[in-house]
Amino acid sequence: MNLPGMNLDDEQVQIPHRPLAPTGGPVDPAPAAPRRGWFSGRAALSGSGEGKLAGWRAFGSGGEGVLVPQARLSGPTPWVIAIMVTITVIAAATGLALRNIANAAALDLAGGVSVQIIEAQAPVRAAQAQAAQKALLGVPGVISARVVPQAELDQLLVPWLGAGMSDGDMVPVPAMIDVRIDGAANGARIAALRAALGRVAPGARVDAQSHWLAPVFEAMDSLRWLALSMIGLLALALTAAVLLSARSALGTHRRTIEIVHNLGGTDAQIARIFQRSMGMDATLGSLVGMVLGQIAVMVLGARFAGLGAGLLAGGVLRPLDWAVVALVPVAAVVLAMLTARLSVLIALRRML
Amino acid sequence: MTGIAGEIARFDNVGLRYGPDREVLCDVGFTLHAGHFYFLTGASGAGKSSLLRMLYLAQRPSRGMISLFGTDAITLPRHRLPGFRRRIGVVYQDYRLVPHLSAFDNVALPLRVAGVPERDVVQPVKDMLEWVGLADRMGARPATLSGGEQQRVAIARAVIGRPELLVADEPTGNVDPEMAIKLLRLFEALNRLGTTVVVATHDLHLLQKVPGSLIMRLDRGRMSDPTGALRYPPRRENAQP
Ligand SMILES: Nc1ncnc2c1ncn2[C@@H]1O[C@H](COP(=O)(O)OP(=O)(O)OP(=O)(O)O)[C@@H](O)[C@H]1O
Ligand SMILES: [Mg+2]
Repeated sequence: MNLPGMNLDDEQVQIPHRPLAPTGGPVDPAPAAPRRGWFSGRAALSGSGEGKLAGWRAFGSGGEGVLVPQARLSGPTPWVIAIMVTITVIAAATGLALRNIANAAALDLAGGVSVQIIEAQAPVRAAQAQAAQKALLGVPGVISARVVPQAELDQLLVPWLGAGMSDGDMVPVPAMIDVRIDGAANGARIAALRAALGRVAPGARVDAQSHWLAPVFEAMDSLRWLALSMIGLLALALTAAVLLSARSALGTHRRTIEIVHNLGGTDAQIARIFQRSMGMDATLGSLVGMVLGQIAVMVLGARFAGLGAGLLAGGVLRPLDWAVVALVPVAAVVLAMLTARLSVLIALRRML
Repeated sequence: MTGIAGEIARFDNVGLRYGPDREVLCDVGFTLHAGHFYFLTGASGAGKSSLLRMLYLAQRPSRGMISLFGTDAITLPRHRLPGFRRRIGVVYQDYRLVPHLSAFDNVALPLRVAGVPERDVVQPVKDMLEWVGLADRMGARPATLSGGEQQRVAIARAVIGRPELLVADEPTGNVDPEMAIKLLRLFEALNRLGTTVVVATHDLHLLQKVPGSLIMRLDRGRMSDPTGALRYPPRRENAQP
C-alpha cells in the first residue's frame, strides 16, 4: 500500500510536519488555499504550494465550466428566448418604421398650404390665380407658390370624371396653388396668407395640407402606440420567460449549488457559473431570434419599398433604428444573466 | 504528534432543534484539538450527523457557542464562511456527489473551487482515485457506481485538498471490512500530516483500529465522555470500547 510521497505501511516513516494555520485572529482567506498536491507527492508535503491565491478569483481555467452540464440547446430556454426576440425585433422595427413614416409625412406636409381659387369663369380664375401667386410670394416666410398647371389637375381628376370631362368649362375645377412655407402651417400663418389673398382673390380657400391628413396621422399614431405597447408587453413576457427558465435551471442544479456551496464555493463564484450558463443559452437564443427577426423585417421592408408609394417610402429604417433593433437581443441576454444571477444569489442566501 | 498546540473546534452548551420539536442535541460541549483522531459514536438517531453538520458549517445551532479554528463561528459574517469551509473536508453520510460529473470531476471539485490551476489538479486526482481503487472508473458518473464506490469517491473528494479538519459521517458504512481498514489508513495518514480527523460511526470495530484515537459518544442528543477525550487537556489513551 504505497503511494507516492507517503508510506502507509511503515509507521516509522518520517512525515514532514505541516505547520497548522495559526489559530485565533483572522484566518481567511490565506488558509483557504488548498494544500495542493499532497497526495501525489509532487508538491511535497510541506505545503510548498501555499499562498497561491490567484484562483480565488479565477476559479480555474476549465474547472468552472464542468459544474453545469455542457449540453447546449437542450432545454427550452434558448428557443423561448429566440421566439420572444424574433417577435420583439419585428414589433420594434414596425414601430420605428411607422414613426418614420409619420415623421416624414408630417415634415412633408407641415409646411404645405393649398390655395384653391374657386371661380366659375376660366379666364377670371386664371387671372386671379396669377395675381394670387404674386401676392403669396410677397408674404414673408413663403418659400414657393406654384400654380398647379391645368394639365396636372386634369390628370388628377381623370379617375373621377373620365378623360375630357373636365375640359373647358363643362365642369369648373378650382385653380390650385401649392404653397410651401418655412415652418409649420399653423393658424397664424394661414391667417396671414388669407389676408394677403383678400384683395386679389376674395373667394380663395386656404388650407394647411396637414389638416386634410389629420385622420391619417391619428391612425398612424395609434399604430405607433400599438407597436410601442407590443414591445413593452413582449419585454415583460421575455422577462417572465427568462425568469422561469432561470428558476427551472436553478431547481435542476440546486443540489450542485448546495454541494459547491458546502465545498467552500463563494456566492459570487456560484452565481457566476449559472450566470454564464444562462448567458450562453440566452446568447444563442437571441442570435437566432435576431436573425429571424431581421429577415422578416427586411422582407417586409422590400415589399413596402416595392409599392413605391410616396408616404410609405418614409418608412425605411435608418442606421440608428437598426441600432435600436439590435439592442433587443442584447437586452435579452443582459436580462437573462441578471435574472440568473439574482435567483442564484437569493437561493444561496437561504443557505447558511 | 501535534499535542495540544491548537484548538480546532469548541462547542459550548450547544443545543439544536429542528422546528418546534424537542431538542435533537442538548447541552453539547467539547473541544477538538489539532492533530487528534476522534471517533463519534452513538445509536442511530442520536444526533451524530446533526452535530457534524454544525461542525462543518452547514447548520447553525439553536443555542450555544461554537468556535472553529479559534474564531467564533456563530457570528462569523457570511462572506468569511467559504474560507473556513475550504479548510474542512467532509464525507457526507449520503455522499453528495454532483450527479452529472464524473468521479474524476467530483474529486477535482474542491481543488477547482479553490482555484488550483488545472495542471496541478489532474495528477493528484488520478493518484487519489487510483488509491481508493477506482482507477478504471474515473470517467463514471455517480449513478453508475456502486454505493461503496460512491463512498470512496466522496472520501477522495474530502481528502484531496488536505484539509485541516476532516469530518467523515459513516465513511465506511458501505464498503467491505478490508476497504474500511484501507480507508481508515488513509485518514490516519492524513492525520499524521496534521489533519484533525472526526469520524462518526456506529461500527465499534473501527474504534480499535486506530491506536491513539479518542472517542466521543452521543446518547440521545447528549454527550458522554468515555475516554476523557473531551476534558482539557485531553488524555491520549488507546481507545478500548
Ligand atoms: N433536517 C431535519 N429535520 C428534522 N429532523 C431532523 C433533521 N435531521 C435530523 N433530524 C432528526 O434529528 C435526530 C438526529 O438525527 P441525526 O441524523 O443527527 O442522527 P444520526 O446520529 O446521524 O443517525 P444515523 O446513525 O442513523 O445516521 C433524528 O431524530 C432525526 O429524525
Ligand atoms: Mg447520521
